[in-house]
Amino acid sequence: MPTADNLRLHGLAIGELTDIDLTIAPGEILCLSGASGSGKSRLLRAIADLEPHDGEVWLGDRAQSAIPGHAWRRAVMLVPAESHWWAERVDEHLPDADPADLEALGFTPEVLHWPVARLSSGEKQRLALLRAVSRDPAALLLDEPTANLDDATARRVETWLVSRVRERGWPVVWVAHDRAQIARVAQRHCRIEDSRLVEEAQTAWT
Amino acid sequence: MDVIDLGWWQLAGAALLVVALAGCTAWARLGMTRSLLVAAARTVIQLALVGLVLEALFAAEALHWVALMAFAMLLIAGREVMARQKRRLLGGWAFGVGTVSMFLSSFTVAVLTLTVIIGPEPWYRPQYAIPLLGMMLGNTMTGVALALDRLTDTAWRQRGVIENRLMLGQRWQEAIGDIRREAMRSGLMPMINAMAAAGVVSLPGMMTGQILAGSPPALAVKYQILIMFTITLGTGFGTLAAVAVGSRRLFDARERLRLDRLAAPRT
Repeated sequence: MPTADNLRLHGLAIGELTDIDLTIAPGEILCLSGASGSGKSRLLRAIADLEPHDGEVWLGDRAQSAIPGHAWRRAVMLVPAESHWWAERVDEHLPDADPADLEALGFTPEVLHWPVARLSSGEKQRLALLRAVSRDPAALLLDEPTANLDDATARRVETWLVSRVRERGWPVVWVAHDRAQIARVAQRHCRIEDSRLVEEAQTAWT
Repeated sequence: MDVIDLGWWQLAGAALLVVALAGCTAWARLGMTRSLLVAAARTVIQLALVGLVLEALFAAEALHWVALMAFAMLLIAGREVMARQKRRLLGGWAFGVGTVSMFLSSFTVAVLTLTVIIGPEPWYRPQYAIPLLGMMLGNTMTGVALALDRLTDTAWRQRGVIENRLMLGQRWQEAIGDIRREAMRSGLMPMINAMAAAGVVSLPGMMTGQILAGSPPALAVKYQILIMFTITLGTGFGTLAAVAVGSRRLFDARERLRLDRLAAPRT
């Protein structure tokens, strides 16, 4: 595993959630669940510094507030539940996509020449994951990365994501609902209950 | 000057015809007789007042009076820019951004044109300064208002795209780049269209006025070209400045998109 940094939340507070302390080790996947509206997505947005919040986040020895916003988000990359595309064609968003990754996600390299308008929501979701990963981040925040996918494709995406996380040693916060998925991918599982983060017992995934 | 003098009683003749038109609209039940008459009355009153102000200004020919008039025009234009925006920046920024960018562009270009190009004696001679500035402010106001409205409204609609680009680690300038260019373009478009159509589709008002006042058409044309260029410069630089400052204000020091800095649209 290459040298990688851990991700530490220190006294993080946004909206209803206050005083969140959490450390995610390199290569560790922490799943986050909770009722809709409990603030999962906002917590991810705070970690990515997309919304004003209190507290500090550290990536290794780099503090969020000490480096420019865009540099922080380039390192701590958030993949939202709904992706947005601005250019005409897929390859304008994915200048250096690896054909092996495309294949692992169930695409042929031709997809790069497609207009974005032709993509289905599931295809957009998978390509949005690849778009984020191909920018070489140092930590990943995933907001329901398999929400629009059928079971077989979801498994395929999971396998690809987990292998990339192990290979690169990213600390990952993964928002998920499906208990089976959480059991498959997570080393740790936290639930948001009454505006607090509760850690659930979890059999180790190795 | 060889322009034919116009008496008030001659205007009364034209006014009588407007009243006749109002009679016709009442007869046809168009429901606009009242607004037609009110608008006609406003024209008379407003223009008569401006005439008085300009007469006084021309007689005084003092720099501080010209400057005062210019600033009054600027503030009214700034207010108009603010009023024309659907989602305007809060905290006085909508007025501030519009007014400052119009001040920088219109005033600079107007002073430059007066001192270097036309060169009246003294350079602030109100007969030249006030109409020049008026035409520039009027057009710059339209450009700046269009561009700022486009900027804030598009940023609101496309907030998902902007934020997704931020999430991928882009700088704020890059994340809003397309929208910024689109806004600048929409502010510049009216002037480019006006220049392209000048003399072919429309006879510009100022040139027409000068010809009526007895200027040789060749001179009127030269003045019109100068005015079109200065208006374009004022509008162009004003629009660029307003969009540059306005788009920066949509992001905070951490380069987060801050749409909470925009007012909700009035319904």
